[in-house]
Amino acid sequence: MGFRNAPMSSIEPIQGKGELFSPEVRARIDTWVAKYPDGWNQSAVMAALRIVQEDNGGFLTQDLMDQVAAYLEMPPIAVYEVATFYSMYELKPVGQHKICVCTNVSCMINGSDKIVEHMEKKLGIKLGETTEDGRFTLKEVECLGACGGAPMFQIDTKYYENLTPELVDSIVDGLE
Amino acid sequence: MANEVCFRNMDLDRPWRLEQYRSRGGYEVLTRILQEKMPPTEIIEEVKASGLRGRGGAGFPTGLKWSFISRNAPGQKYVVCNSDEGEPGTFKDRDILRYNPHQLIEGMIIAGYAIGATQGYNYIRGEFWEPYERFEAALEDAREAGFLGTDLFGSGFDFELYCHLGGGAYICGEETALLESIEGKKGQPRYKPPFPAYFGLYGRPTIINNTESLASIPVILEKGGEWFRDLGVENSGGAKLFSISGNINNPGVFEIPMGTPFSELLEMAGGMKEGSRLKAVIPGGSSSPIIPGEQMMELTMDYDAITRAGSMLGSGAVIVLDDSNCMVKVLERMSYFYYEESCGQCTPCREGTGWLYRVVHRIEHGQGRPEDLALLDDVAGKIAGRTICALGDAAALPVQGMLKHFRDEFEYHIEHKRCMVG
Repeated sequence: MGFRNAPMSSIEPIQGKGELFSPEVRARIDTWVAKYPDGWNQSAVMAALRIVQEDNGGFLTQDLMDQVAAYLEMPPIAVYEVATFYSMYELKPVGQHKICVCTNVSCMINGSDKIVEHMEKKLGIKLGETTEDGRFTLKEVECLGACGGAPMFQIDTKYYENLTPELVDSIVDGLE
Repeated sequence: MANEVCFRNMDLDRPWRLEQYRSRGGYEVLTRILQEKMPPTEIIEEVKASGLRGRGGAGFPTGLKWSFISRNAPGQKYVVCNSDEGEPGTFKDRDILRYNPHQLIEGMIIAGYAIGATQGYNYIRGEFWEPYERFEAALEDAREAGFLGTDLFGSGFDFELYCHLGGGAYICGEETALLESIEGKKGQPRYKPPFPAYFGLYGRPTIINNTESLASIPVILEKGGEWFRDLGVENSGGAKLFSISGNINNPGVFEIPMGTPFSELLEMAGGMKEGSRLKAVIPGGSSSPIIPGEQMMELTMDYDAITRAGSMLGSGAVIVLDDSNCMVKVLERMSYFYYEESCGQCTPCREGTGWLYRVVHRIEHGQGRPEDLALLDDVAGKIAGRTICALGDAAALPVQGMLKHFRDEFEYHIEHKRCMVG
């Protein structure tokens, strides 16, 4: 049976890979590249996009995606496909803190609507928007796998569970 | 008879640490297997005898899956763990990663030995940053203690294990989408056949098991397949983690024997919140059809009992709904989820999930039409069974379940343009 599975490769050889990104970002990407078989640099694309996004204040630009493509020797289109498919990549500027509120069933029946309403009022923005001062982005997300602590949200990398409006205030006010 | 398998260390202080895991016999069975060079076929037979079925939701027998790998085929083979926990209602694998990471590591190494794979990946959903860090730290400790690396315990067996972090896509919990994702692509499921056992990660023979399935392996081999099977009931061997959430007092993850009555599980979870009455239960994650409360109170938590009631045990994610909930609103939220998460590859799912959501949405918002229920039945029926992966079925089943048991609420909504409840 003839199934085929080969990595995508860029058509032109890449020059000056060592000039892309900062040495620190390159080192972080390289630790991920090392986890995958030879020739499968593209397996590190998700990690590379995450690292570059974090380094760029939380969002990606086409230029950065092109650089990731060059660094991993992939066609740029393959990088855009990944960056647009997965919900954790941001293609527009976001606030310093990204607040991801779960509104799926277990959270919904435990009052996530009230949490969203409270946050919208507190921050003066709607879901999907960023505050004018650039501090917060409010995002509705699907189930984050913490239904036992519903309602919950994630701020940056951290989960906060069993939320009440008062708790939300103390968490958000306590952020840098 | 609780907390004997994946949660066997849960009573300890900081149970995730290596020394705590070892104090409960952790890594002993792996060491014995390697030192005695136990024949891999014996391991697979033991797993088969245990009756362990895939804990991610599909319930496929784990030992049988392992036996599909042609152990002597030349070249690399892979063990992949599916920690892309995302089925709404499910939150058990997060607890394994946080509280018992070493048991998962041990299970993956044993799986590698059994199928002749020297490389493993644990695919952890990207949002699980804290569990990922905990798991990475455990990997470091395991490496230092000599459980990962080359020529483990002089057996000649090598094993290396890495994490891969997801990026926020429910579909990557589907095994072939997960493989695509590790390969650095969009998570779109592959056609099967070829099955991963023949053509998996990087085109190599691969087994993919859920976190809980793999974490159950060390205890099965320590105490025997028969011991594990006898914890449960016929066709549902062992104990299982149930994630229970909803309108209850004490939501959480409980490890209990398969076949435990639902009523006991509900009691463990603190029962219904004060003043609320049980209306219905989603027994196995949001893809499983809803079961009315009275019927659920008579059921046991095992594959056969829940299947007989017209639903699925799935991942063991139990969502308990009280009588303040409007079923139209609940279905609207679930249908939105599948619409949002459809990968867009197959037309019936890509288009159909949008239809389901929009029709339920208009019913919920007082714009339902008399013909809408027939339309929902029709669209759901045209998605189910007509897609590459099971996401299409997962979107159709909750709609069919709701219309079967709570049709009157939908009719009321269409006629009166408001809820029956609240």
